[in-house]
Amino acid sequence: MNMMTEAAVEKALDQKMTAAPYKMIGKDVSVYYGEKRALFDVNLNIRENTVTALIGPSGCGKSTFLRTLNRMNDTIDHCRVTGKITLDTDDIYDPQIDVVELRARVGMVFQKPNPFPKTIWENVAYGPKIHGLARSKADLDVIVEQSLQKAGLFNEVKDRLHEAGTGLSGGQQQRLCIARAIAVSPEVILMDEPCSALDPIATAKVEELIHELRANFTIVIVTHSMQQAARVSQRTAMFHLGHLVEENDTDKMFTNPDDQRTQDYIMGRFG
Amino acid sequence: MSASFLFLLVLLIGFGAYLMARARAIAASQGRSASLHSLPGYHGAYVAIWTILPATLVLIVWSLVGPQMIDREARLSLPTEVLQQGAAPVELAMGQVRAVARGLPLLTDTERAALEAGTLDVRATLATKGVALAGDTQPYMIKSAQKLNALSGTSTIAMTAVVLALSVAGALWSLRSISQRFRARNRVERVILAALVVASSIAILTTVGIVGSMLSEALRFFQSVSPTSFFFGTVWDPRFAAAGSTGSSGQFGLLPLLAGTLYIAFVAMLFAVPVGLFAAIYMSEYASRPVRSIAKPLLEILAGIPTIVYGFFALVTVGPFLRDISAELNGLVTGNYTNFIQAQSVLTAGIVMGIMLIPFVSSLSDDIITQVPRSLRDGSLGLGATRSETIKRVVLPAALPGIVGALLLTASRAVGETMIVVLAAGVAARMQLNPFEPMTTVTVKIVNQLTGDLEFTSPQTLVAFALGITLFTITLCLNIYALYIVRKYREQYE
Repeated sequence: MNMMTEAAVEKALDQKMTAAPYKMIGKDVSVYYGEKRALFDVNLNIRENTVTALIGPSGCGKSTFLRTLNRMNDTIDHCRVTGKITLDTDDIYDPQIDVVELRARVGMVFQKPNPFPKTIWENVAYGPKIHGLARSKADLDVIVEQSLQKAGLFNEVKDRLHEAGTGLSGGQQQRLCIARAIAVSPEVILMDEPCSALDPIATAKVEELIHELRANFTIVIVTHSMQQAARVSQRTAMFHLGHLVEENDTDKMFTNPDDQRTQDYIMGRFG
Repeated sequence: MSASFLFLLVLLIGFGAYLMARARAIAASQGRSASLHSLPGYHGAYVAIWTILPATLVLIVWSLVGPQMIDREARLSLPTEVLQQGAAPVELAMGQVRAVARGLPLLTDTERAALEAGTLDVRATLATKGVALAGDTQPYMIKSAQKLNALSGTSTIAMTAVVLALSVAGALWSLRSISQRFRARNRVERVILAALVVASSIAILTTVGIVGSMLSEALRFFQSVSPTSFFFGTVWDPRFAAAGSTGSSGQFGLLPLLAGTLYIAFVAMLFAVPVGLFAAIYMSEYASRPVRSIAKPLLEILAGIPTIVYGFFALVTVGPFLRDISAELNGLVTGNYTNFIQAQSVLTAGIVMGIMLIPFVSSLSDDIITQVPRSLRDGSLGLGATRSETIKRVVLPAALPGIVGALLLTASRAVGETMIVVLAAGVAARMQLNPFEPMTTVTVKIVNQLTGDLEFTSPQTLVAFALGITLFTITLCLNIYALYIVRKYREQYE
């Protein structure tokens, strides 16, 4: 048997992923908040079973772009999106599309852990319940356990599934939110700076989790930390002032970027 | 010199002292204003406080205590045979003395001479000066009145002297301490703190005083009517008796009133809670900003309408409308056009009170719903929940403790509401369950018992205090329970 190192296996896997087909395609996406334009004709494609990191200085539009992918921008007054975004073959801004169903397919994890003021079990069962994914409580139990397993939280909370989710530590809460998102079996998971409110140990756990989730889900993550982008992602997109500056393999992005602005940002010259 | 003029003078001295202190502080800074510990204005304020505050306090105390002491002196100067006659004749004589004392300075010199000679008709002369006497004066009254006037003259002069001296002394003493490093700012701060403490103690002490007086009057009531027959009596029939007669004792059963109060409050809440809550959900979750900015103030206008207006709205519009529509309905169904809803009924009062309570429920709930963090809504929407699912399963459960608290506060308002029920509920104290019949409430009966010519010692009147303290206890318990619930759930969810 070939003595391939673990790193090399990882690398090979990453290469394969880089060539993965597109899950979501964004074409000429622009976003306006009232009169103010926040995104300028962004063309960015998201590859299947790949972690795509969105980086860039504050206010560059990376979170705005993320939120266009499951139409969370709809909840903001005066927000307008132009251009075209498809999920597989469906245009998600088609008036015919059901936003509620779209958000079940494209789940989201937020910057601050936001467990509902309910028990851990109810938090995870929330999505399956409203989408009717389980026929009985036993089915729900299975979904809850599997989701918590996938989020790497089950062993920590199995004895207190019926205690308040808000009683967990910050890192556990965030993994609970990830479990909650997984429970509705989405195809894409959007993460908006999921570690910015966590300490380094909790961050490491969440990053590890993102690594494992890649096998089953397509992940888009917004992050402020360049190291995090380098650690968890295979593709990286750099935003600046509402424009997509560069999108590339993460390795290439952090070693030999095509654009001078990416170079400057990664070197810490601005941002 | 009158007290108010004296006060004005003290204020003037204080203002002068303020200016002097400022000037002195500026001089002490030797042109470098940063070298002062406190701004010149603080030095001025410090000196002004010392000038005005002690002098004013003395002025107030003197004005309150002085006349009483003088009155007592004048009373002692009455002849012993009058003093021995008991309290009422002495009081009568003192009334005369005070009136004469007021009239004496108005007499002309010739009249005064006649008075000395004992030939003046005091009553007639004073009547022409606008001072009415209840009866003819006795010589001893003139003497006492003169003594009264002499004493108050001395008192006024002494007060003026003391207050002015205190004011000037305060100014001089505090002016001495002004220097570069003097901490006037901190001293002024302490005085402000004291003023704030005094203001809040006044509010608290007033509450304590009101409760105390209600309690003592209620206890007097319970001396003539036993608490058991009050709290558990089922008949309300306070027979009004002629003053002084002891034979007639009414029945003071609280239960019919309490039943009416709670029934009407319940009907009102039944009406106000769904409407108010749904309005709040619409306002906070669905309404666009322009709609909200117009609709919310409009809704809150309801809260600004005086309750008496709701009362006659009930009396003139809602009551007759319900009566007529019930007659029509009855006629359509049975052919017999008699109304089964009375114009004054539990339903009328309940509906109108419910309308009054809508803005309370909606405004309080709206605030609470808006406080639910946006992140929870986003989390739910991000999982593919619809807006109403999000509201039902996430927002409302999170807001529930606050909403329950708001509802309890509203209920305590409903229980204490008076004007609507006075006009719309009727006065019949009955225990029954038909919402179409009139019932009455605790507040209505308090109004009934206290209006009219009544002596303030009969149980018929004193029962109002017992009713009042019962009502107060109910609303207090509701409020405390509301706060308890809010606090308990807040701990759970944070």
